[in-house]
Amino acid sequence: MTRRLLLLLPLVGFLVLGIFLYLGLSINRFERDSALMAREFPTFELATLEDPERVVDESLLEGEVTLVNVWGEWCPTCKQEMPQLLDLAERGVRLVGVDYKDTRDKGRDFLGTYGNPFEVNIFDPEGTLGFDLGVYGAPETFLVDRDGIIRYHHTGYIRPVDVRETILPEVEKWR
Amino acid sequence: MQTLLIPEIGHFALIIALLMALVQGVMPLAGAATRRPLWMAYARPMATGQFLFLAIAYLCLTASYLLDDFSVANVANNSNSLLPWYYKASAVWGNHEGSVLLWSLILAGWTFAVSHFSRELPRDMLARVLGVMGLVSVGFLAFVLITSNPFTRLLPNLPDDGADLNPLLQDFGLIVHPPMLYMGYVGFSVVFAFAIAALLGGRLDAAWTRWARPWTNIAWAFLTVGIALGSWWAYYELGWGGWWFWDPVENASLLPWLAGTALIHSLAVTEKRGSFKSWTVLLAIMTFSLSLLGTFLVRSGVLTSVHAFANDPSRGLFILALLGITVGLSLVLFALRAPRVSHQVGFNWLSRDALLLINNILLVIITVTVLLGTVYPLLLDALNLGKISVGPPYFNALFVPLTVLLCLFMGLGPLSRWKRMDGRDLFKRSWLSGLVALLIGMAAPLAYGGEWNLKVTLGLVVALWIVLPMARDLWAKTRHSAGRLAGVKRLSLAYWGMVLGHLGVAVTIIGVTVVSNYVIERNVRMGVGDSVQVAGYTFTMTELASRRGPNYLADTALIEVRRGDSRREFVMEPEKRLYLARGMPMTQVALSPGLFRDLYVAMGEELEGDSWAMRLQYKPFVRWLWLGALLMAAGGIMAVADKRYRRTVTVRGPEGAPTARAREATA
Amino acid sequence: MALTRRLMLSLSFKLSLGFVLSLSFMLCMGLLLPTLSLAASEIREFSDPVTEQRYRDLTATLRCPKCENQAIGDSESPIAGDMRERVYAQLQDGRSDKEIIDFMVERFGDYVLYNPRLEGRTLLLWGLPAALVLIGLLVVTLIVRARRHASARDLSAEERARLDALINRERTE
Repeated sequence: MTRRLLLLLPLVGFLVLGIFLYLGLSINRFERDSALMAREFPTFELATLEDPERVVDESLLEGEVTLVNVWGEWCPTCKQEMPQLLDLAERGVRLVGVDYKDTRDKGRDFLGTYGNPFEVNIFDPEGTLGFDLGVYGAPETFLVDRDGIIRYHHTGYIRPVDVRETILPEVEKWR
Repeated sequence: MQTLLIPEIGHFALIIALLMALVQGVMPLAGAATRRPLWMAYARPMATGQFLFLAIAYLCLTASYLLDDFSVANVANNSNSLLPWYYKASAVWGNHEGSVLLWSLILAGWTFAVSHFSRELPRDMLARVLGVMGLVSVGFLAFVLITSNPFTRLLPNLPDDGADLNPLLQDFGLIVHPPMLYMGYVGFSVVFAFAIAALLGGRLDAAWTRWARPWTNIAWAFLTVGIALGSWWAYYELGWGGWWFWDPVENASLLPWLAGTALIHSLAVTEKRGSFKSWTVLLAIMTFSLSLLGTFLVRSGVLTSVHAFANDPSRGLFILALLGITVGLSLVLFALRAPRVSHQVGFNWLSRDALLLINNILLVIITVTVLLGTVYPLLLDALNLGKISVGPPYFNALFVPLTVLLCLFMGLGPLSRWKRMDGRDLFKRSWLSGLVALLIGMAAPLAYGGEWNLKVTLGLVVALWIVLPMARDLWAKTRHSAGRLAGVKRLSLAYWGMVLGHLGVAVTIIGVTVVSNYVIERNVRMGVGDSVQVAGYTFTMTELASRRGPNYLADTALIEVRRGDSRREFVMEPEKRLYLARGMPMTQVALSPGLFRDLYVAMGEELEGDSWAMRLQYKPFVRWLWLGALLMAAGGIMAVADKRYRRTVTVRGPEGAPTARAREATA
Repeated sequence: MALTRRLMLSLSFKLSLGFVLSLSFMLCMGLLLPTLSLAASEIREFSDPVTEQRYRDLTATLRCPKCENQAIGDSESPIAGDMRERVYAQLQDGRSDKEIIDFMVERFGDYVLYNPRLEGRTLLLWGLPAALVLIGLLVVTLIVRARRHASARDLSAEERARLDALINRERTE
């Protein structure tokens, strides 16, 4: 009897592995939860893109639910998602941009060409804020609540369906 | 070019091969079950036919590459008119579709070989073996035809030229590494088929192990060489001088190798002593399952790797189904049919039987550990427990102690006797070797590097512990009245195979130990006229030039190397290439290979003032890594080149007429 | 006398085994045996070889968050470059390895650790191999103990018949 059970052990082991492999097929390897989930937005002190004299810090994100979008002129996907961001702005969502690893000129050109849904853009040429946010590629979007806590993170391109199904509900939730 | 029907012929041949595989899979198995000799007789001709048509299909694909037929999607995606012909031929397997076709071809090849070289097998056994292999072929050919057809055309809008083969693959390594690897992976299907055939036929005596051993050892040797080639290729190709990264794809090849090593030892025990029968069957199933698992891991997109093929979950699902059916059914069969009566062959604690049992258990533990580390991130992710990484620190921390433990017993195994071994006798045979190993191990780092190094000592002691007892044993065994040489001649090839195999392990361990601890790396800025000293060698940049290759542009640096005060100089020419078709930059490393050291020069980044960031490395004993693997492979083959396997004996049936010829061991 | 000898032999054997095992285990925790790779491209100055080695080790144990399985020391991607900068800067600042690693994990998550932390969810990962060794030890003990006294003399009826057949055949040939 023990022997029979022992003989079944490899099969059981294999089935368990098989189940996990099957589940693994539907996992998206590239989507990762931000390490900053439910934590405060990192401290920073940077000038804005629009006005080099104006310096902003993390208090910029407090008081209202904000969508922080990290973008760059060099990023092709950022151009593609602009319509969705403009759409969100029209629906009354407060958007703040982070111009990541750009020059001022390039950043301004980009906004001139594709539109500017942002209330203000933080100018991050060295990528220090991006680094503290754990950004490793643009575009990345963070939802920050009234108290400056990061509540939702979206890596990569925002599709129109994402706007309706995920982002707006999240914004509402934290209002 | 697109009016030539070569791809269509290939496609058609593939379909025929599938049909033949189907017949080869079903008829002989049914025939063996219902004792119909006519049905069983389908096995051989179908195996031959399947091989033939697959060869035709494969040649058609190769021809499409060589003829630059860019109407074939596979060729357009992976080749280019400027590609040298030998890379065009290798590009066939440099992508997913072509490589699965190669897999299938090699499987058909092994099947054909088994059908051809097994005339002395009992008819029903051969029928079952070929039948099982046929079913596996059906799975793979169906996979190719349904999800990964290499013959799809791009008509009518065919591109002017192909997308080019990935520059990283445009290398000698591509020509040799995959075929060797696949010969190994697929070769284990033979012992798998034998094991299943034995389970199906209910005949689980030691005979099947005798027949299966040569096939298994040869497959294992191929896999050993394939893995070594992969490591060697990564070493000089990927621009960072590492030779093993515990990458999931690397692990995917190591897993069947580890299980295969346990298997070749287990087969030896079962053949010799008739014990561990169920265990050997299970190992045979496990080894091939790990081959299939490796195929899944590499092609399904489930794990992240630089080496993985283009990922497609739908293909992954198919392979998973294939894996599930093959392995699942085998394990069910195993659970139902594994021999109930285990002949209680006796042996004591220090007998060779016991030591080989320990060998097997340790190898399986190592296999499970590597498997666990490889799939663990996936496990946690599937359970929504977050995304973690498991990399070299984990694997090294566990692999090394387990291997040390394994080697400890490996030193004793060859000295021990079957069935009964006295502890005192064993001690007598080994104590001096152990002492010498310890002394040399402790002294060597002092002599070589000037200071004592625990890791080096450990590595050397372990390697010497493998070799010295065997040397002493050899000395004792050749004590012959007619002289030592006569004694040596009396030793069987099987014995030499073991010696060579174990020696290979020791050589690899020495290589790993020395290169890991005594490597010297310098990252420096060099312009024309600058000199750098590394490990007693002087590197001087004499020239910076640009040149054009067949399908790339290159910046070359000429580095003159001189050792110490010696007059003799040689030149190393690292390059930074830009491949035109894909616009991809690539580092071409300059290597000065040697038995006892490699010199490694790579160009990093171009800096201002006409200078470059150069990476210079001195890597002592790194070649021993791969030489050890070659020795292992040679040993594996030698162990079954023994006359025993080639002598045939006629067995007479009850009527007195010869029914089958079986190979019998005389020992 | 013989018993004491045997006992001492087995004891010394087990002791040396334990010694080697624990020694190698101690050595190997956190060891990186495959040759460490050089940081990609940049040239860095270090005040002493220890710091240089720490830099090498750190850039080999931290994973590039964006790449297909590469350490930050091997990758050419911009984020890997940024991370290497930070590692270098913090080493110059005199931070400990742990502080640097925590800094990275704070921003990029556990994903960037090639050396998984020992925590609840990785207990199986770190613990199973050790457990298997213990189980293996048990299995070997059980099997050897069971077989130590068994002899090969008991043949089954089938084997006896085959033996007879073989003997008879040899007689007639």
